[in-house]
Amino acid sequence: MAASAAVRTSMGLTLRLSRVIPDCSTCPLYRLKSCVNSSTSLQRRGSFDSFRTINRHLQTTIGLCGEEDSSTAEDTEEVVNVVYIDRSGRRIPVKAKVGDNVLYLAHKHGIDLEGACEASLACSTCHVYVSDGHFDKLPEPEETEDDMLDMAPMLQENSRLGCQIVLTPELDGIELTLPKITRNFYVDGHVPKPH
Amino acid sequence: MVVRGKAFSSSTCPKVCVVGGGPAGFYTAQHLIKDVQVDVYERLPVPFGLVRFGVAPDHPEVKNVINTFTQTAKHSRCSFYGNVNVGKDVSVGELLQAYHAVILSYGAEGNRSMGVPGEHLAGVYSAKDFVGWYNGLPSCRELNPDLSCDTAMVLGQGNVALDVARILLSPLDFLKKTDITQPALEALAASRVRRVWIVGRRGPMQVACTIKELREMATLPGTRPEMTPADFEGVRDALKDLPRPRKRLTELMMKTALEPPGEKERERWSGASRVWGFRFFRSPVEVLADSGGKKVAAVRLAVNKLEGSGEAAQAVCTGETEDVPCGLVISSIGYKSLPIDAAVPFDPRRAIVPNSMGRVQQVLGLYCSGWVKTGPTGVIATTMNNSFDTARSLMEDLDSGKLDVSAEKPGSLRIAALLEEKGVNPVVFSDWEKIDRLEVSRGEVCGKPREKLLSVEEMLAVARHLIGHFDLQ
Repeated sequence: MAASAAVRTSMGLTLRLSRVIPDCSTCPLYRLKSCVNSSTSLQRRGSFDSFRTINRHLQTTIGLCGEEDSSTAEDTEEVVNVVYIDRSGRRIPVKAKVGDNVLYLAHKHGIDLEGACEASLACSTCHVYVSDGHFDKLPEPEETEDDMLDMAPMLQENSRLGCQIVLTPELDGIELTLPKITRNFYVDGHVPKPH
Repeated sequence: MVVRGKAFSSSTCPKVCVVGGGPAGFYTAQHLIKDVQVDVYERLPVPFGLVRFGVAPDHPEVKNVINTFTQTAKHSRCSFYGNVNVGKDVSVGELLQAYHAVILSYGAEGNRSMGVPGEHLAGVYSAKDFVGWYNGLPSCRELNPDLSCDTAMVLGQGNVALDVARILLSPLDFLKKTDITQPALEALAASRVRRVWIVGRRGPMQVACTIKELREMATLPGTRPEMTPADFEGVRDALKDLPRPRKRLTELMMKTALEPPGEKERERWSGASRVWGFRFFRSPVEVLADSGGKKVAAVRLAVNKLEGSGEAAQAVCTGETEDVPCGLVISSIGYKSLPIDAAVPFDPRRAIVPNSMGRVQQVLGLYCSGWVKTGPTGVIATTMNNSFDTARSLMEDLDSGKLDVSAEKPGSLRIAALLEEKGVNPVVFSDWEKIDRLEVSRGEVCGKPREKLLSVEEMLAVARHLIGHFDLQ
C-alpha cells in the first residue's frame, strides 16, 4: 500500500510530464475505478483522446485524490450545487466542484450511499434517482451500467448509478434521491413499511 | 456516546454478536457499530464467506466489497473471532446470555438435492461443491472432479450455473491471472470438457441468471453458442410487455440464440472448439450409470411444457423423456440453510430461521440477516439491504426498550473463557491479515491476485505465526 501513496504524490507531476498514455495500472484513480475513463473506453478511443483525458484529470478534484482536493470551492465558476435526498427524505445540500464523482462526494459528506464494488460497475448499491431536468443532461449509460442497473430494486426511468455520474457545470442544481424502500424477499409475504 | 437520545457510558455500551463472517454478517455489523459493540464469530479462520468462496475468480471487482468489510472489522467497536464454530464450540444460548442480542448470519452451507435416482453416482456434483473446489473452500479440497469427458450438463440456469459453465470453458490464459486455486487451474488445463449444456425446467423468459453473466458467456473467446430455436417460440411477441431487466435479458438471449452471427462473431465462432447452450423445458428424472454402474454416462430428462406465463409460469411434465449423454453433471438448483443449534427455531420446509423483519419472534434478543433470513437468493447488494433492515429492527428495539440493555453483559470475555475451556483458539482480524499477506505474496510469484491457502490447518499455522512468515518481504 506504500507504493500507492507514493504514486499519489507523484501522480500530478507524472501526468503533466507524460507525453504518451500513462500506465493506468499504477494510478489510484484507475485502481479504485474512480477514473472517469474506464480502461475499456480508453482502449476504444485513440491516444489523442486519452491525452485530453489526462488534462481533464489535472483540472478535476476526485474525492479520494488527496493532493488536488479542497473542501471549499474557491473558483465560483467551478461550483456545482448538489442536493442529496437521503433515505429518510432529509435534504442535504452540498457545494461540489466540476469533476466530482457523485458516489465519492456522498461519502465525503457522510451520506449513506454504498459503493460496494468501488465504482467498478460490478454492483448496484450506489443506485440513485436523478432529478427531472438533469437526467437528460447526463451522458448515456454504458451497456455495463445498464446491466448493473437492471439488478437494482425499485428501478425507475430516472435511475442511474451514482459512481458513473461526474459533475459538469450544466448539472448545477441536480438532486439525487436515494431509493427508500429496500427490496427484501420476505418468505412469509410481509411487505416492509416505507421508511 | 449517545444513542438516539440515550447516553451510554462505555462500560454499559450494548454488546451484540453476529454469527457468520460473510457479507450478511459484515453489513449487519456495519450498521450497528455506530451505536453498539459488535463481535463477529466465524467458523473458518478466514472471513468474508461467499465473497471469498462463492464469487467467481474472474469477477474480482465484485470482491472489492472486502475493503468495506475490512474497514468494519477494524473499527474500534468491532471484533472478529474466526475459528469459532457456533453450535459446537459455543451454543447460541451461551451467546444470548453473554450478549444483549445475537444476530444469525450464517448463510446457507447446504445444498438442495435433485431427489432423483443416480444422484450419488461418481461424476455428479453440486454447484456449491464445485464452486467451493475452484475457490479453495477447505471442505471441498478433495473434490477432484473428473473433467476427462466431452460433455458436461449443468442443471439450473441461475448465475451460479453460468459461473460454472464459464469456468469450465474459459481460456486458460484468463483463469491463470485470477485467484482460482492452483489445483483447479491444473485440472482445468487438463480438462477435456468441450460442451456444456445449461438445463432449465422452464423457458427462456424464466431464467434466473442476470444479463452480465449471459453477456460473458455470449462473448467467451474460443466458444460458440448452440441453442434450439423452437424453444423461443412466442418470446418475441411477449417482449414488449416485459419489465426492463427481463426485457433486456431476453433480447440478449434471443440475439445469441437466433440471430445469424455478425462478421466478428462468425470469425470467433469458426475458430471455436468449445460449445455451450441453454436447454429449456427439461427436468432431470434420473442419472444413468455407465456399464460399470458407478459413474454417470447420461441424464434422463423429462420434457416439460409451460402453464401460465412470466415469473409464475409452471413447468408441467408432458410424459416424454430424452436421454442426454454426458460425463459430468453439476446440479445448480440452489443452496440451502441448515439448523445451527437446537435452541434456534428453524423452518425445515423453507430452510430459514422464521422471522419478521429479521426478528426471531420466539426468542427475545435473537435476530437474523442474509440468506438464513430470506432464503438463498440474491446478490451482494440484496444481502446488503437485507442486513441493513435487520440492523434497523434491532436498533428500533433498542430505542423502544423492547431490547433491554440496562444490565451490563460480559460479551466476548465470557465467550473467550468458554472457548479456552474447550481448547479453542480464536483467530483475530490481525491474524487473518497475516494469512492475507501471505496469500497475496504467494500470488505475486505467479501473477495472481493471491494464492489461497487450502486447508484450515495451514491457515491456523500461519495465523499463529508458525509458518509462512519467511515468505513475506
